[in-house]
Amino acid sequence: MSMLKAQAVSLVSAALLAATAAAGPDLGRPVSDAEIAVIDIDIAPDGDGLPRGEGTVVDGIDLYMDKCAACHGPRGEGVTAPALAGGLGSLATAKPVRTVGSYWPYATTLFDYIRRAMPYDRPMSLTNNETYALTAYILWLNDIVGRKDVMDAQTLPKVRMPNRDGFVNGWDAESK
Amino acid sequence: MTRELLPQPRFASVSDATPAAGRGLLSRRAMLKGAVALGAGSVLPAYAAEAHLQGALPWQQAPGRPFSGYGQPSKYITGLERSIVQPFGPTAAGNGVSFTPLHLLRGTITPAGLHFERHHNGVADIDPARHQLVIHGLVTRPLKFSLDRLVRYPMVSRMLFIECSGNSFRNTLAEAPQVTCGEIHGLISCSEWTGVPLALLLEEAGVDATARWVIAEGADAATMARSVPLSKALDDAMIALWQNGEPLRPEQGYPMRLVLPGFEGNMGIKWLHRIKLAAGPMQARDETSHYTDLLPDGKALQFTFPMGVKSVITQPSPGWALQGPGYYEISGLAWSGVDGIEQVEVSADGGATWAVAALEEPVLARSLTRFRLPWRWDGAPAVLMSRAHDRRGQVQPPRAEWIGRYGSTQRYHYNAVQAWRVEPDGTLHNVYA
Repeated sequence: MSMLKAQAVSLVSAALLAATAAAGPDLGRPVSDAEIAVIDIDIAPDGDGLPRGEGTVVDGIDLYMDKCAACHGPRGEGVTAPALAGGLGSLATAKPVRTVGSYWPYATTLFDYIRRAMPYDRPMSLTNNETYALTAYILWLNDIVGRKDVMDAQTLPKVRMPNRDGFVNGWDAESK
Repeated sequence: MTRELLPQPRFASVSDATPAAGRGLLSRRAMLKGAVALGAGSVLPAYAAEAHLQGALPWQQAPGRPFSGYGQPSKYITGLERSIVQPFGPTAAGNGVSFTPLHLLRGTITPAGLHFERHHNGVADIDPARHQLVIHGLVTRPLKFSLDRLVRYPMVSRMLFIECSGNSFRNTLAEAPQVTCGEIHGLISCSEWTGVPLALLLEEAGVDATARWVIAEGADAATMARSVPLSKALDDAMIALWQNGEPLRPEQGYPMRLVLPGFEGNMGIKWLHRIKLAAGPMQARDETSHYTDLLPDGKALQFTFPMGVKSVITQPSPGWALQGPGYYEISGLAWSGVDGIEQVEVSADGGATWAVAALEEPVLARSLTRFRLPWRWDGAPAVLMSRAHDRRGQVQPPRAEWIGRYGSTQRYHYNAVQAWRVEPDGTLHNVYA
């Protein structure tokens, strides 16, 4: 569906809202900003949604060794869990290695994913500072940030990932 | 006296049937004629009085067991189970898949307990009293819905398949895997899903004109999140609460999941608890690092949502053995993520000649369609294949064409023609043809 058509559908929906909200079930309850704030955890690629806090590579080393290295390897080389580092320049070869460094297009995704899903045995147990520190450490393993760079809500969205331009949007292409 | 107590089905005999293609494929019309003959000609014979006693079987001579609260399969059914794969081992036992045993099932509906599973961090055990669905973001008024409230909404029921984007990934490997049909293609299942159209809830929340995407999130230990085009959310997306008439199984997202007809299964967020309207996709881990299609030139396709047109012969297939030459019905499943199935062709000679299979009605869009074709096996090696066409003109590609496009390391959206080689001893093997 084209953007134009999506827009048209959305306008129709807005019109329907006026016509049906009163007549329809209308059984949803209002939800407060405070209720939303504690569950609204997704991070947009422009950084929208990143929380306060900060972390550096140095902050992340011990934490990574303690909570991540057993499965992902001390240098992110992968053990039982996928590799997090390496593979740069391998995507167009017969043996592509897809890691954070070689494949992921956005650094914000790394923060988002660690915060929502890692460590595997204790998801959502990390503080925001810890999540920034681990993000910094994994980016450093891939030579994307320096050892003393501070990762926070301002700096993280500005990190340019090596494969940023490696993706073709199949949905938009289909819509044309 | 006791022989032939029941009338034998009078299908059209093989010798009556016209060959439809090479290696013994018969016309689907022969099968249909046979079915009519059975309906018109069956007459029950009279039973001799003494046969009741002489022929009495153990389960006729004592009362059967009484009722049960929730029925279970016959104790004589063994091995009817999902096949479980945990690629990360015991350190991440809840990350992996289980395959529907397609080769052991008939019809088109998957029993709820055999629906394939893909979990990223186990099955959430959600207390429905503590679960709610929140709709927020670019809306006029954010809303939350408890399960009690949602069940009061107007419902829709639809027969739909859900297919994992990685289904049939084993056939992307260099060597054809020698496992059952279900263990190759069983990351697809089909259910009657019942629930609330998402569009209805979005209309009540009031979609902002700037919204283009919906971010859907689950309440499992992976807090799985995916971005869905708003156009799909307003078209045919459903908040499913029931599966084949009963509440969702925990493995399928109890108490509620997103169902996106025809789209890759990963987007159908299970244990759904949050929907956020947004201007753009969130670029979640599972729409960047995973579920993207890396091409040989190093570029990757992203947001490839609809599943392609596909079919597979489920009977006979590996996991089965033919009982010697003679009559068999070739039967399988066909589907497309964008529409209904138009036609399925079957070959028994490795694609040299093809015959058109009969399609079991109803043929529904984005659902499984059962195809059938009678076959007389002559005992010589044969290669069985099926090729599906959908109502949009899409045709299932040969494997070489698929590999040519995607290369040998891409594991998502594999939909190439499957070939099963029939050996002289009646066993079947997976072959790349």
